[in-house]
Amino acid sequence: MRGIPFLPVTASTAAHELNYLFAVLIAITVAVLGLVVILLATFCIRYRASRPDANRANPTKKSWYWEIGWTTASFIIFLGLYGWGADLYLREHRPPANAHDIYVVGKQWMWKVEHPDGQREINALHVAIGQPVRLVMTSEDVIHGFFVPEFRLKQDVLPGRYVTLWFTPTLVGQFHLFCSQFCGTDHAGMGGGVTVMAPGDFQKWLADNATAGTLAAQGGALYRRLGCSGCHGAGATVSAPRLAGLFGRRIVLRGGGVRVADDDYIREAILEPAKNPPAGYPAIMPSFAGQVSEEDVIALGAYIKSLPATRESP
Amino acid sequence: MTAITLPDAPDASPSVTSYLNDGVTLRSWLLTHDHKRIAVLYAISITVFFFIGGAAAAVIRLNLLTPQGMLVDAETYNRLFTLHGVVMVWLFLVPSIPTTFGNFMIPLMLGARDLAFPRLNLLSWYLFILSGAIVLVGLIAGSVDTGWTFYEPLSSGYASGALAVVLFGIFVNGFSSILTGLNFVVTIHRLRAPGLTWYRLPIFCWATYSTSIILMLATPVLAVTVLLVIAEHFWGIGVFDPTHGGDPLLFQHMFWFYSHPAVYIMILPGMGVISEIIPAFARKKLFGYKFIAWSSIAIAVIGFLVWGHHMFVAGESVYAALVFSFLSFAVAVPSAIKVFNWIATLHKGTITFASPMLYALGFILLFTIGGLTGLYFATLAFDVHATATYFVVAHFHYIMVGGMVSAYFAALHYWWPKITGRLYSEAWARFAAVLIFFGFNLTFFPQFILGYLGMPRRYHSYAPEFQVWNVLSSAGSSILALAYLLPAVYLTWSLVRGARAPANPWRATGLEWQTASPPPTENFARTPIVTRDPYDYPEPTA
Repeated sequence: MRGIPFLPVTASTAAHELNYLFAVLIAITVAVLGLVVILLATFCIRYRASRPDANRANPTKKSWYWEIGWTTASFIIFLGLYGWGADLYLREHRPPANAHDIYVVGKQWMWKVEHPDGQREINALHVAIGQPVRLVMTSEDVIHGFFVPEFRLKQDVLPGRYVTLWFTPTLVGQFHLFCSQFCGTDHAGMGGGVTVMAPGDFQKWLADNATAGTLAAQGGALYRRLGCSGCHGAGATVSAPRLAGLFGRRIVLRGGGVRVADDDYIREAILEPAKNPPAGYPAIMPSFAGQVSEEDVIALGAYIKSLPATRESP
Repeated sequence: MTAITLPDAPDASPSVTSYLNDGVTLRSWLLTHDHKRIAVLYAISITVFFFIGGAAAAVIRLNLLTPQGMLVDAETYNRLFTLHGVVMVWLFLVPSIPTTFGNFMIPLMLGARDLAFPRLNLLSWYLFILSGAIVLVGLIAGSVDTGWTFYEPLSSGYASGALAVVLFGIFVNGFSSILTGLNFVVTIHRLRAPGLTWYRLPIFCWATYSTSIILMLATPVLAVTVLLVIAEHFWGIGVFDPTHGGDPLLFQHMFWFYSHPAVYIMILPGMGVISEIIPAFARKKLFGYKFIAWSSIAIAVIGFLVWGHHMFVAGESVYAALVFSFLSFAVAVPSAIKVFNWIATLHKGTITFASPMLYALGFILLFTIGGLTGLYFATLAFDVHATATYFVVAHFHYIMVGGMVSAYFAALHYWWPKITGRLYSEAWARFAAVLIFFGFNLTFFPQFILGYLGMPRRYHSYAPEFQVWNVLSSAGSSILALAYLLPAVYLTWSLVRGARAPANPWRATGLEWQTASPPPTENFARTPIVTRDPYDYPEPTA
């Protein structure tokens, strides 16, 4: 659909399908609005007061048939739209298993992007065509909105938790990145571009922008610098959970209940360890809120995820 | 007209005891208990607020003529759209039809002497004026730039303290709403004339009743929410701000639990007005009376269960989104029922096109576009792309301005002779109605295209490729601004030079037309007795 002036460029799998959904919505609108306009115009002309000879005999009085008719017709059309819209929405919330994770942190008024191999960008995101990407996003301050019109996708980015957004780019090019949730004075300036590249070009871009280490390696350095290993390390005398193989495991909480050790749980355990501590360990972990940035937390999470699972009792 | 029993046929000359000349001092107005005078006080107040909010909109549209923002800096721009939203929602749209035409017409339509609680009615107006003053002081003296939605944690952690002033003003405003709603509900239950059964009530009463239910049940939630924001702002109580252990999505849930039903507070009275005008100018009984009546109640009830559709990309659970999407389609059904019934009323009618009818026909077209594009947002995947863009701005302006403001003007022109006892220039009124219709479409239709292309709302500056649509929209807004000023001129003129209005210039049914124009303070010399159905227009002889 490139080149149609009323439509944005179509650059993701979701956008392709949304074009068809939009076309159907437009068709329904034109049909219903057309019906309303034609009926209004016809009645207003045919039954205008200055035309006393119009046939006004026996106006329809029994209204049940009509009422049930147009109510049912509206409802059936609505059900169809509901089903299609919900189905696509659900798929937009189920990333495929082969999606690459990229981390995004929003703050007033910029987007900071971290790739798993350590590349960092500001107000820019580079991805490869055809490769599903899952963005794991959080905010340092207020709510922002990650919006790429050419992908027909947006997601509000909240402080205090991770949200995700996934897409598969289908077109090489440079696209808009907007902040879609009002976030303060320079809201309109908070944006940049998403660059979709051919796979070879993307590999070259990754190599050109390589940093000292992967995100996990950066996290490992932080892990040692912050002294985490003093308690969580293999030779530690303090009773603290071992972190190898932790990611994705079910954690029994001291207060009862079970949490899966996902990105959100690991973030919470670092910043608010007293909130949902695991059962079986003394509550001695200090909070690292204020000492580490959201980007540090992401790096620490990447490090914990990278640790090989060893056989040990949970 | 044999619908009611009255002592004398009212004549066209103004009654010496009309409510307008029953005391001419300022004091007699400011301490009045007469629902009609309070309605006029409200009408003057909200007209002032409408032009304040409109002036902010004019600067916004002017600024967006160029991509870098032509007129004001980013902070001023953000303050302007905050002022526009807050003033238009709480100081114009929510009170608009209920406090003016509702106040004036409900007792007349019921054959009553006044509302059930006249003093409470006056108190509502004073609370409203107080809230308007507080809100405007906060908005203009302070630097409040959060948008009218006050999303957390922007509003408690990052906004100026003046926001608390604005929020307190909205808190006071809520009490005005609640008292007004309470007054209408009690009045409609208790003060109907003998013989005026529920199914003989004009639809305007059903619509006002539904609106009043929402006013009473939704507004307290807003009051609680703004108090919590104030508490969080000053004392750091963690409710919504995650740095204090709060949840920003909780704010959105609570805010939209009021603010989505508030959309129906704004539009339901408009639907009531249209249901009065269409039969009057088609000279025909309203088609599907009971369906229109109950669809108002259905909208009020289901409207409480759809707030989550403002949060499809906000981070609410996908399962919540599935339910809210379904309910949002469900709430659209009663609106569709109303539109089809209005059209069916025209069939085999005897239609004239005086200015109230032109506004009403404009309402049907614009509301249909606004309603249909509402379905787009109920469709989950479409909402993901279009929400928070100009598409949603266009959509709700088609409902709120194209629909609601058109209905307000329809009501103003329909009941002006009754309220003032004067006739306005019909030619100017028709011209203004047509100009408003075209100016409105030129202003807001380009915003649908802008939004689908991806321009986010609340942007002080924008990408250059969006400029052509912004220029079209701003051009339309200049026509719209002129068109809105026209009625201010010819209606004011009619007060001075307009011909005296007869009691029933439109030959309409309804008790309000059976008393003099303007009505006497006591409304009816004797309580009327109702013996016939509403909209009982004579059938044409074949």
